[in-house]
Amino acid sequence: MKADPKGVLTGSHYLDGDFAIAEGGLAAGCRFFAGYPITPSTETAERFAERIPSVGGIFIQMEDELGSIAAMIGASWGGKKPMTVTSGPGFSLMMENIGLACMMETPLVIANVQRGGPSTGLPTLTGQQDMMQARWGSHGDYEIIALSPDSPQECFDLTIEAFNLSEIYRVPVFVMTDECVGHMHEKVVIPPAEEIEIVERKWYEGPKEKYLPYKADKDGIPFMVKAGDGYLFHTTGLTHDERGYPVINAECQSQTVPRLSDKIKNNADKIIMIEEEEIDTAEVIVISYGITSRVAIRAVRLAREAGIKVGTLRLKTVWPFPEKRIKQLAKKIKAFVVPEINYGQVVLEVERCAAGKAPTFHVPHMGGWVHDPYDILKVIKEAVK
Amino acid sequence: MKKEDRLEATNPMEGFLRMDRIPHIWCPGCGIGTVVTSFAEALKKSKLDLDKVSVVSGIGCTGRVAGYVKLDSFHTTHGRAVPFATGLKLANPELKVIVFSGDGDIVGIGGNHFIHAARRNMDILIICVNNFNYAMTGGQVAATTPIDANASTAPYGNFEFPFSLPYLAEAAGATYVARWTALHLRRVTKSIQEALAKPGFSFIEVITPCVTLYARRNRLGDGLNLLRYYYDKSEIQHGADTRTLDISYQGKLIVGKFVDKEKPTFLDAMNQHMTKIFGDKYVRYGE
Repeated sequence: MKADPKGVLTGSHYLDGDFAIAEGGLAAGCRFFAGYPITPSTETAERFAERIPSVGGIFIQMEDELGSIAAMIGASWGGKKPMTVTSGPGFSLMMENIGLACMMETPLVIANVQRGGPSTGLPTLTGQQDMMQARWGSHGDYEIIALSPDSPQECFDLTIEAFNLSEIYRVPVFVMTDECVGHMHEKVVIPPAEEIEIVERKWYEGPKEKYLPYKADKDGIPFMVKAGDGYLFHTTGLTHDERGYPVINAECQSQTVPRLSDKIKNNADKIIMIEEEEIDTAEVIVISYGITSRVAIRAVRLAREAGIKVGTLRLKTVWPFPEKRIKQLAKKIKAFVVPEINYGQVVLEVERCAAGKAPTFHVPHMGGWVHDPYDILKVIKEAVK
Repeated sequence: MKKEDRLEATNPMEGFLRMDRIPHIWCPGCGIGTVVTSFAEALKKSKLDLDKVSVVSGIGCTGRVAGYVKLDSFHTTHGRAVPFATGLKLANPELKVIVFSGDGDIVGIGGNHFIHAARRNMDILIICVNNFNYAMTGGQVAATTPIDANASTAPYGNFEFPFSLPYLAEAAGATYVARWTALHLRRVTKSIQEALAKPGFSFIEVITPCVTLYARRNRLGDGLNLLRYYYDKSEIQHGADTRTLDISYQGKLIVGKFVDKEKPTFLDAMNQHMTKIFGDKYVRYGE
């Protein structure tokens, strides 16, 4: 399906990442935005509020982030594609209902323009400290999808991708960007609507009396209906059977909950987007994502000038994690180097997948600024020894 | 008598309930079922297209209502039924959205959402079953527990000032506010019917017996004793000043319809405002 031209601002623009996220959402068919202002993400909400009267849809500034995410889940069941934008503290407030969205299998998109934490931390300065929270932040077992753009152009592109993935897998999808990319102005090319591929929700079309809200299709994902279409369905955050009725026992739990993870795990190859460079001859591979991958380029070039064979792997999809690929690479190389603006998060996944086959070197940065490329270079040199 | 001549006994509420989920979990003597009966009756009388009616509940005893009504129904998280309903209504304005939940859910943990939805005059109806305590978790003190009443987390009696829900609703901007008890079945039905027919933020509080916890802890007897209390101590005062509706322990219960006024809903206000700004270029949302 092609994008609705009403939401597509075709042309070349000079936009920051936050604005590009709003444009990506509108192009993807998002017509419902519920948000709460928080630095450094607010520009996305402002852009959406400005644009929505001419596109047709709802912008509502909620009383808090708990309200924003609840309204999004409601709107999704009302048939709209919903989104919001936030940063660390707001993301924390959304966690409980992210679990509800996972349990009810509700498509929605949250962009997190990360800042330094914990707590109020560095409201105006960058960080990549919410990566594990994105994966594990709500209680219970579930899987989500998280993408990480490294430029305003990718903020646009990956927000569209986020909507498509969330509709296909009926799962919350996070656009995990950061203050640097969010506030970075660059050229953003928005293609004509007919060149933008949009995925329509997996609507149920069979006989009404046979509809079971949580009966998984062959791909592990149930068909969806929306309120008002006469299905008189029930959905709950409680553990439920195929009818969506609560069943509080171990048996139903073991039938229902694994699927929430498996539908993502089993389709990981289709979901994962990574970008590799000079991997085949590499002794050391630098794995990074978001703004850090752009800083790492400088370090990688310097290392190559010094005669070190360095490859790069950029995670456009962080969750699900490209487990298979890392396992493969670990057998062939001397070491992984993982710079990220936190005290050690995605590096733990790399280490787990490397499983002792190749050592993993972390280049931490506590946030507030990006890495000095020479700090990354130093670790590359150490890793290659 | 031949078998086919025998009248099949059916529950008159069958069309409104998920009969495959009955029996429900509520205790004998509980008032929630009574309010559900009134709701079903009001729906029947309202002649609304039931395909276009959605119920949203939060967590708690009353939170289970969404699971029993044969409508599009959502059992959400604690305190978040109101913003969930806000999103649902705005996404599909042709829906009639009812939040059916308890006092702890709506004005305790969800209090902020409640006042803001009222402020915006969001077009939803809130039916708030007030049993003076957190019953699902075992009878803890609530924002509605009268002073001196005993609760499991107020074992020496409650000393916090409780909310007066109609006062709170009106102050925050609700356009329809009523309070009844589970004894006032027909009046509850009528209020729900009126509110269903009225656009805007409507709030109906129904005081109900919690026999297992609130009444037992306070030695108030069984369901019948509590209905007797409602009978003896309730006083209908339509249009009463909502500042005068505080509830003291086993004291007087002023009931009635207190607020019924006109105000543009959130969507009306949005459409009117955007039309003022953009003129004919603006396509009114949801119409």
